[in-house]
Amino acid sequence: MKEQLNNIRVQAENELSAAETIQDMENIRVKFLGKKGELTSVLRGMGALSAEERPIIGQIANEVREALENKIEELKKKLQDKERDIKLAQEVIDVTIPGKRKGLGKKHPLTIVMDEIKEVFIGMGYEIAEGPEVEKDYYNFEALNIPKNHPARDVQDTFYINENILLRTQTSSVQIRVMENKKPPIKVICPGRVYRSDAVDATHSPVFHQVEGLVVDKGVTMGDLIGTLKIFAKSLFGEKTDIRLRPHHFPFTEPSAEVDVSCWTCGGKGCRVCKNEGWIEILGAGMVHPKVLEICGIDSEVYSGFAFGLGAERTAMGRFNIDDMRLLYENDIRFLKQF
Amino acid sequence: MKAPLKWLKDYVDIDVSPKELSDAMTLSGSKVEGIEVQGEDISKVVVGKIISIEKHPDADKLQVTKVDIGSEVIQVVTGAQNIKLDDYIPVALVGATLPGDKKISKGKLRGVESNGMMCSIEELDLSKEDYPDAPEDGIYILEPGTELGKDIKEVMGINETTIDFEITSNRPDCLSIIGLAREAAVTLKKEFKKPQVKVLEQGDEAKNYVSVEIKDADLCPRYAARVVKDVKIGPSPKWMKERLRAAGVRPINNIVDITNYVMLEYGQPMHAFDLKDVQGNKIIVRRALEGETLKTLDDQDRNLDSSMLVIADENRAIAVAGVMGGANSEISGDAKAVIFESANFNGTSVRLTAKKLGLRTEASGRFEKGLDVENVVPALERAVQLVEELGAGTVCKGIVDCYAKKQEQVTISLRPDKINTFLGTDISKKEMVDILKALEFEVDENTDIVKVPSFRSDVEAEADLAEEIVRFYGYNNIEATLLSGKAATLGKKTYKQSIEDLIKDTMVSCGLYEAFTYSFTSPKDFDKLNLPQDSNLRNAVVISNPLGEDYSIMRTTTIADMLKVISTNYNRRIDEARLFEMSFVYLPESLPIKELPKEKPILTLGMYGKTDFYELKGNVEELLSRLGIKEYEFVPVKDNPSFHPGRTASLIIKGEYAGIIGEVHPAVSEKFECPERTYLGMIEVESLVKNSSMESQYNPLPKFPAVSRDIAMLVKDEIMVKQIEDIIKQRAGKILEDIKLFDVYKGKQVPEGMKSVAYSITFRASDRTLTDEEVGKAMTKILDGLKNNIEAQLRE
Repeated sequence: MKEQLNNIRVQAENELSAAETIQDMENIRVKFLGKKGELTSVLRGMGALSAEERPIIGQIANEVREALENKIEELKKKLQDKERDIKLAQEVIDVTIPGKRKGLGKKHPLTIVMDEIKEVFIGMGYEIAEGPEVEKDYYNFEALNIPKNHPARDVQDTFYINENILLRTQTSSVQIRVMENKKPPIKVICPGRVYRSDAVDATHSPVFHQVEGLVVDKGVTMGDLIGTLKIFAKSLFGEKTDIRLRPHHFPFTEPSAEVDVSCWTCGGKGCRVCKNEGWIEILGAGMVHPKVLEICGIDSEVYSGFAFGLGAERTAMGRFNIDDMRLLYENDIRFLKQF
Repeated sequence: MKAPLKWLKDYVDIDVSPKELSDAMTLSGSKVEGIEVQGEDISKVVVGKIISIEKHPDADKLQVTKVDIGSEVIQVVTGAQNIKLDDYIPVALVGATLPGDKKISKGKLRGVESNGMMCSIEELDLSKEDYPDAPEDGIYILEPGTELGKDIKEVMGINETTIDFEITSNRPDCLSIIGLAREAAVTLKKEFKKPQVKVLEQGDEAKNYVSVEIKDADLCPRYAARVVKDVKIGPSPKWMKERLRAAGVRPINNIVDITNYVMLEYGQPMHAFDLKDVQGNKIIVRRALEGETLKTLDDQDRNLDSSMLVIADENRAIAVAGVMGGANSEISGDAKAVIFESANFNGTSVRLTAKKLGLRTEASGRFEKGLDVENVVPALERAVQLVEELGAGTVCKGIVDCYAKKQEQVTISLRPDKINTFLGTDISKKEMVDILKALEFEVDENTDIVKVPSFRSDVEAEADLAEEIVRFYGYNNIEATLLSGKAATLGKKTYKQSIEDLIKDTMVSCGLYEAFTYSFTSPKDFDKLNLPQDSNLRNAVVISNPLGEDYSIMRTTTIADMLKVISTNYNRRIDEARLFEMSFVYLPESLPIKELPKEKPILTLGMYGKTDFYELKGNVEELLSRLGIKEYEFVPVKDNPSFHPGRTASLIIKGEYAGIIGEVHPAVSEKFECPERTYLGMIEVESLVKNSSMESQYNPLPKFPAVSRDIAMLVKDEIMVKQIEDIIKQRAGKILEDIKLFDVYKGKQVPEGMKSVAYSITFRASDRTLTDEEVGKAMTKILDGLKNNIEAQLRE
């Protein structure tokens, strides 16, 4: 019987090593270990054995069973792995087929630029102020030290509604509204839409956008203005950006400056974008004119401030290399998708 | 302002290159627009003398010449017909360059060697206006005896370097060579060589010939005149013509050229009258009479009115003050005596007069900025000194000077500490004083009182002094600092601003692209939108000076502009687009407006292509969900003239109107050239902001299982699913968790006029597992309700 058991073991092991599928293996298991299997039937014959032989044969039989069971378990794992590999091999897909997308839209380049500017200044502790686009002459001109018949009014061709109401030509009007309503310290930026009666062409639009900044407090210096604009320029145009101030004239600031940034394309060496100047003019700035402070009821002996303003269109056009301002208002979807 | 470099050098030693000067001037406040080097593209063109002319052997129209260019004699073949033996002519040698990228090379003309080219005015890129002696057609003939071989640029004065400055409106003093030279001197730290003018006055008394009376001193604070006798009208000398040309002024004759020369040099516009045309020998400065007319020098008849100032004689106007002279007193070739006028006119008056007449001149452009009263006499002196220098006449003794009200000198206290605090600098008092003195401010160093020179009317207060100082200290030498701690503020958006940004973000994540359109539009849009004549939307703010009718009113609705955007895309054969815009409509309280209109922010949505009403609505629902707005409903709108009567809904939030969405009326789509199926939404941003809720509260996750039941029913076609849902909600009781519409079907197996609607209804209790009995009860109530209220037939 002992021999019989060993034969079973050898035979089963041989068959198992030839098994290729789980089904083969299962058949072998039934054949040897099943209820009607060969090992089972051998065991069933144990009753005929003597009492001395029975435990010995029993032990051998158990050993054989255990060995076979282990073998089967091992094989099962191996065959399962193999079958899974086959399945996986059959499941290959073309991963280069485009994914399923819901489709995101995009913000307009002007919004992108103005949002970035807002973020920079919010980070520096500024609030965002707003004011009307259809504005009183007083806020747009008079309170900004541009009285009636001032030649500066000619420079900004203004759309009028009537003698006292106009479409604001500059977001500086919001400065006055802020100073009338708020005590220093004041730190605001005012992004918004402005109007000038320029005919539409590649570089002009009767509707455009500015972002104005205003700071008023005790001890605000021109050095602070320069420091602020430097941070701003670096945030918007990159860490290596430098700025340059040129004296200029605005009725509502004194001293006044036009501010250039080093060319974002060539870094200042001179190229097509900066017309070989190395610098690109992006904003106007200055120390708030004492007259303007006084008009708003702020004592110019105690307080000082600075203001600056830049055009969003020009900034966006520079940033995104857009060569025609009309594209910004045409809203061709193929244009809008590019930002 | 175009400033010829040589002219500037009369008053300041400039020892740097034009480029260096330009950069330095730009950084001290006189921005340079460009540097123009005359004759830059002309080289190797010299003076030659024609020493022989022969006919070309093989060409009738050509001549073979020998030209002496000093160092040698060259052979030149030419087609010109106006040359003759011994003529002095400009000749371009082999290797010469000429304007228009032309190069002269050795060549043969019909077999005869030619080693150069004789030049006409045009070939040197000059104009006959500047060289009136040039022939109509042919080679320019130079003065006999001109040095042979000399560079033509020097001979003809086409070697001037001119710097073009952009002068800001507050600095009319810099609209002059003197003013710019002063700025250059301070910029380069050189001495400013003030002009020295001496007049011989060899004639008799000027007052024998003219008297001046100012009737309207408010518009003319000062009027000075000089008389010149024995006038010899003729061309100006070459140097003067060259400078005028370089500065962009066309030479005319010596007297007129002198007035222009002085205007450019001193910044003081001048005028000259022919004495014999000044009737009664009297100059009267007065307001024009109503209905008075004057033919100006440009031969136009001008209608004057009493707001305008004129220069008149006893009988009539002879000039519009500060704008243009009259043809009736123009300097003609036979003028024997002239009156030079140098005056100061009120800037605003000149500006308004010029505007009314539509006649902006070099003079009016200067006067309107407000000129220096004290410059009147020095400029006049310079003019008559030039008359003497040019031998253009005999200057009479004395100035007839009417100076009604002397201008007071402005004084400002210099507080160096204050200025340093203001600028954030540490400039010494000495440096400040040096800069101011160089700019011709008088500084009393004991009292620190600064007297502002009369030509600097822009300097009124301390901040102006600060600017003068820092311009030359260098804006870019100020140390960049950060705002000190006291100004620390919290930077943030307001709630409204955050919601507005969130709206944009949500639209973008719904797949919409942001558009920007103009805020003014055409009143014709109202008709295209099918709006009735009495529609409130037609009450728009009107622009009094629009760019045209298409841009003449402030919009009261945004949908016309969205339709135009859709039309643009559609007509460019783009098959679909999804767009949104956040912008204002401008709603007047009353018309004509007295108060500012309400500016109401609107979210506009526009879509066409592979889309439908439900995608549009879905976008709005996503937005409402994102903003935490739960109490809303969509109500059918049948009577909006711009929209499809069966495919439009208004958005109602908490019982209030908050917008409209729908398919555009096909008649409107057609008028805007949009696709037939175009979808629009207009949502009131203020309502979204007001009803938004960004607060989130945690609700415990359910511990007990949910039970779902599906039902399908047949209802009449006109029943809206909202009615069904209202009944289910009302009947299901507290255990209702959710209802989901999963099918609406019309067609086969559904009777005509009916539709099949299927829902999945979910029940759950938070404190127990629901029993079948409980759910069954709720379902019975729901079904009864549906049966009784809307005659729903349950489908098995």
